[in-house]
Amino acid sequence: MAVMTYIQAISAALREELRHDERVFLIGEDIGVFGGAFKVTRGLQEEFGEWRVIDAPLSEVAIVGGSIGAALVGMRPVCEMQFSDFVSVAWDQLVTVAAKQHYRAGTPVPMVVRLPSGGGFSGGPFHSQNPESSFAHVPGLKVVCPATPADAKGLLVTAIADPNPVLYFEHKHLYRRLKDEVPEGRYAVPFGQARRHREGTDVTVVTWGAMVHTAAEAAEAVAADGGPSVEILDLRTLVPWDRESVLRSVEKTSKLLVLHEDTRTGGFGAEIAATVAEEAFEHLDAPIKRIAAPDTPVPFSPPLEKRFIPQVEDVVRGLRDLVAY
Amino acid sequence: MAIAREAEPVGSLHEIREAGLAREDLLGIYRNLLVTRGMEERGHILYKQSKIPGSFYTGRGNEAASVGVATAMGPHDVGAPLHRDMGVQVVRGVEPWRIFSNYMGKADSPTGGKDGNVHFADDHLGLMAMVSHLPAMLPVAVGAALAFKIRQERRVALAWFGDGASARGDTHEGMNFAGVRRLPVVFVCDNNHWAYSTPTYLEYACEHIADRAQAYGFDGVVVDGTDVLAVYREAKRAIENAREGGGPTLIECETLRMEGHAVHDDASYVPREMLDAWEKRDPIKRFLTWLRDNASFTEDEDDGIQSEVKRLLEEAVHRAEAGPLPDPETALEGVYAEPEELDMPHFR
Repeated sequence: MAVMTYIQAISAALREELRHDERVFLIGEDIGVFGGAFKVTRGLQEEFGEWRVIDAPLSEVAIVGGSIGAALVGMRPVCEMQFSDFVSVAWDQLVTVAAKQHYRAGTPVPMVVRLPSGGGFSGGPFHSQNPESSFAHVPGLKVVCPATPADAKGLLVTAIADPNPVLYFEHKHLYRRLKDEVPEGRYAVPFGQARRHREGTDVTVVTWGAMVHTAAEAAEAVAADGGPSVEILDLRTLVPWDRESVLRSVEKTSKLLVLHEDTRTGGFGAEIAATVAEEAFEHLDAPIKRIAAPDTPVPFSPPLEKRFIPQVEDVVRGLRDLVAY
Repeated sequence: MAIAREAEPVGSLHEIREAGLAREDLLGIYRNLLVTRGMEERGHILYKQSKIPGSFYTGRGNEAASVGVATAMGPHDVGAPLHRDMGVQVVRGVEPWRIFSNYMGKADSPTGGKDGNVHFADDHLGLMAMVSHLPAMLPVAVGAALAFKIRQERRVALAWFGDGASARGDTHEGMNFAGVRRLPVVFVCDNNHWAYSTPTYLEYACEHIADRAQAYGFDGVVVDGTDVLAVYREAKRAIENAREGGGPTLIECETLRMEGHAVHDDASYVPREMLDAWEKRDPIKRFLTWLRDNASFTEDEDDGIQSEVKRLLEEAVHRAEAGPLPDPETALEGVYAEPEELDMPHFR
């Protein structure tokens, strides 16, 4: 085991996959000579050359559309949106071309779109979003949101091997904040299997990405206070998502809090809440609680952004409310 | 004054031989033009008989442009033809019954009823499945060309778009990237002068769409899209140039959409005089005249080809009609690909 940051784990996965499979190539803005806006791809062009780590023009449509075309003729493209916010420009290519390709034409589109997402740095409305729920609504796409360095690597390996278009949301706030053990060599973390981040008996928190760590801090805070025992499930992937683990945990705890950094209305938390209401109603001892960002764009100024992103104290309050019900 | 080169018409049989076509190939082109038009005529009848659901689009007037370009493609090249490019499907070898079957939404059609029109892929024939969002397939074809360049394969991708789609950003992004990286791709604009009801002067302000090529760092050429041999010659030149590492070319084929946007549209907004003028340049009649004048094409040969095409299309319609409709439950299948599908050779 090596100890790595979340961002180092992503870089390691890219390097190993480029070495392992000559069909893999990277394409994005500023990823080659410059090593990427966040330095995820630093040093890769030197090792693999300018035709496997490709500096693209400022052209999200050409980057995503080009990746689709390359995938259709047998390549394994991994493209980068410099910020996940910019994927809106390439929505049509992902939703119209890639997502529907296999269903209607029977041809696989094995490609990965890497999407640095999330706020916490005063990035403002266009450098802070978490658009995963929008894509989880589109049949034909897979959606991945790693929360730990080990998963960042293992889920990226699985994403590259997958025969479908995969959106890989890497949370910017975790890039250098998290440091943890990461297995050596190639390994794959399967899609659709939630990870129990914390074991507990009184309340289940279902979340993903950076909010896993917000939930963990909140759980520690209430535990230190003699409060409830909180179980945290990290979904890891939204499409497919692990309904069974969520339902099993709710059967055990009888209380559910769904937490995400994406905005509330139509967020993926609503899907989880609806599923639990449909399939585990008789196990619930309290109404399902959702904590999410409010239905606004992501604001810029620090106090406004802090109000927008769910904070540890918001989750603490939510846990206490649930237990008191 | 055009910036793009304006292609000359093709003259003699000798000139055509120089461009790589034997007399036998010319008869093949004539046959493919007839199949192309015949399929759409029969499709229109099937639509009126309510045997084709949804809507029905034809490419009448565009036959020479699509057949001419596709004839110049190599066996391992790929392309993303559109709904006016039936000739590409025909030349690449898609069996006509499969196209009728797809129109009808049958279970044994290329999409199993999941999509209609000519919205289907054929991996073995190098055909990518178009989407209705034009020209979304243009950057996709550029991506195939990128793959060929990375793998150093001598293959070329073809990307079709229209005068309407020339106004969209995908056109710009695809062409710009292809120019920057000198990718082996040929852009083919079917300029049929009408994007649904919108005339070209409301779509773009330059003289020719092909004039834009210079700004992207490659050559543009305007060709009479009713002259199948001129289209072939220009496409061949562009494709071989791309194959040799010379980068992209933008070919603009000038035609007129002789029918409505789809068959529900009477196209009353198209001036009568415009239709009359282009009717005189009908691509099939024009090529038939050329064959008679330059290649000693006989009535007997013409009759032979006409009856072969008629038989082919009748059998194709019967086979498609006889096919079953899909089991409703198959609507739920195939959203995601399975890992073993990556083992299949595709777009060979």
